[in-house]
Amino acid sequence: MKHHSILRVVSKLLIPPIILYALYVQWHGDYGPGGGFQAGVVFAVAFILYALVYGVDEMMRILPPRLLHALAGIGVLIYAGTGVVTMLLGENFLGYNVLAHDPKHGQEWGIIVVELGVGITVASVMMSIFIAFACHNPPIKDEEW
Amino acid sequence: MLDIIVTNLPALQVVVPLVAAPVCAMLGRGDRSWAFATLVSFLTFAISVSLFVAAYGGEPISYEMGGWAPPIGIEYRIDVLNAFVLMIVSGIAALVMPYARRSVASEIPAERQAFFYTAFLLCLTGLLGVTITGDAFNVFVFLEISSLSTYALVASGAWRNKRALTAAYNYLIMGTVGATFFVIGIGMLYMITGTLNMADLAVRIAEHGDSRTLRMGFVFIFIGIGLKLAMFPLHLWLPNAYSFAPSAVTSFIAATATKVAVYVLLRFMFTVFGFDYAFQASTLENVLLPVAIVAMFAASLVAIFQDDLKRMLAYSSIAQIGYMLLGLAFLTHTGLVATIVHLFNHAVTKGALFMVAGCFVLSAGTSSISSLRGVGRDMPWTTAAFVAGGLSLIGLPLTVGFISKWYLVQASLELGWWPVALLIMGSSLLAVIYVWRVVEAAYLQPAPEGVIRREAPLSMLVPAWILVGLSIWFGIDASLTTTAASRAADTLIGSSQILWQE
Repeated sequence: MKHHSILRVVSKLLIPPIILYALYVQWHGDYGPGGGFQAGVVFAVAFILYALVYGVDEMMRILPPRLLHALAGIGVLIYAGTGVVTMLLGENFLGYNVLAHDPKHGQEWGIIVVELGVGITVASVMMSIFIAFACHNPPIKDEEW
Repeated sequence: MLDIIVTNLPALQVVVPLVAAPVCAMLGRGDRSWAFATLVSFLTFAISVSLFVAAYGGEPISYEMGGWAPPIGIEYRIDVLNAFVLMIVSGIAALVMPYARRSVASEIPAERQAFFYTAFLLCLTGLLGVTITGDAFNVFVFLEISSLSTYALVASGAWRNKRALTAAYNYLIMGTVGATFFVIGIGMLYMITGTLNMADLAVRIAEHGDSRTLRMGFVFIFIGIGLKLAMFPLHLWLPNAYSFAPSAVTSFIAATATKVAVYVLLRFMFTVFGFDYAFQASTLENVLLPVAIVAMFAASLVAIFQDDLKRMLAYSSIAQIGYMLLGLAFLTHTGLVATIVHLFNHAVTKGALFMVAGCFVLSAGTSSISSLRGVGRDMPWTTAAFVAGGLSLIGLPLTVGFISKWYLVQASLELGWWPVALLIMGSSLLAVIYVWRVVEAAYLQPAPEGVIRREAPLSMLVPAWILVGLSIWFGIDASLTTTAASRAADTLIGSSQILWQE
């Protein structure tokens, strides 16, 4: 892709706003349209665009698959961990009311933390799937069937 | 602390394996992830036993997710029926996990084992979630969690045989069609009633009365679950998925996944759709009854001609699902007891048999019946477990298989459908044939020259023999299982609005 100067320049221009927009969707999910799923996908798209233009190896230098797999797990743990914390504080699973000094703030904080978990998992799973397809092994030979 | 655990038991039943799954993936290779997953499976079993004890007394337990009261919020609702199924699922998982160590070590590369156990725990989470929840859409979500992880588990048989990949893909397509049908059906119910809570759905459907949308919803849900539980003409994904999956996976999903689907069918047929006795009864009698009987015979006949032991047992599973559907189609108390008791009986029997097949795969490297000649002398304990499990499959007295068939025959005689009773006995004869083929090869034929087969390791034999022991124990004294099944049938009948034949 070295000779595609336009693609390189345009994608370099686009990637920062994409990440910024992803973060906007992420943090405004509690009182506007958006949330972890959408933000995670948009965030992953920034990296996938980079990988499409500059190559998957370049992307894997910052985000090796091992790290992505771990992040996918950490996101789930953030989500479920919030539920466990609310249980320890005496509420039901994911009952956010007890997370802050009053129920309204509790609900807001709870949903922000949970959506953060969703966002991390979705983004890292999207990128893992992209890497898995981009670096897939040669197809199975006929005689192996 | 204990107080917190006790009040949150219904949530913990699902949350414990769910939290454990990502942790298991991070533990890295080999035995650490196995030991962790085993510990978790024991823990979930302990939770489900205490839930069963709590629900056995009478009143259903209700748990509000996130503190949102039903019908708005998601409710976990545990009565005798789903506590019984929860115990089957987590109990089988707790037995399969110790078994899995050696079996998985020989079938899956070490660096992939942590992910394998992660998928296993996710599958367990999904199956437990489907069973425990009282929310129709939540059933779909958990059904997808369990199905997606099952596809991955089946595909992980590819290190032994590449055809596992096509088997998993086939299962993925069929399973997704089933899940889509199911969610379309739920969408139609939501359209009519505006609620997703099962208990609330039942009330509102009864108020709403019959309509075409409702019937369409019923049919979509019926077919969707039919695909998931391998109801006879929709069973095509099952034989390949079971025979190419790793042995530990086969014994787990054969004993639990289809049982959970049967549970969902029971729940939707009787708790949710209490709306129109005529339509429901005519569907069950004109569609389900013939389908069940055809399954009993066709699948058993096909099983007779299989060369692969796992494949033969897979076809036998389809036939056994026929028995469960038959009990449901009777639409009587005894029929329901037969179905529910057979959930347990078949889980125990088939779990044991697939574990034995896994032992053969480990020692002989294959599960082909023709290469198991003379294996009875090399692996006496394994083969004896097969014989005991096979007798239960046939339905010989003093085994659990007999208890199920006894109730089925009793249910058909109550209705005066004696041809059905004869057919039940006739299909047992087919089971005699396919079990005998294996027994003959194992004991009566000479072993091939120069083949060394060691007895399976204790860690695999003990779980298999525990299941065999259970199948004999509950065959001799079935009071616990039948009382539980009878109470579960009572709750189902009590919660449904349809008129019951007496």
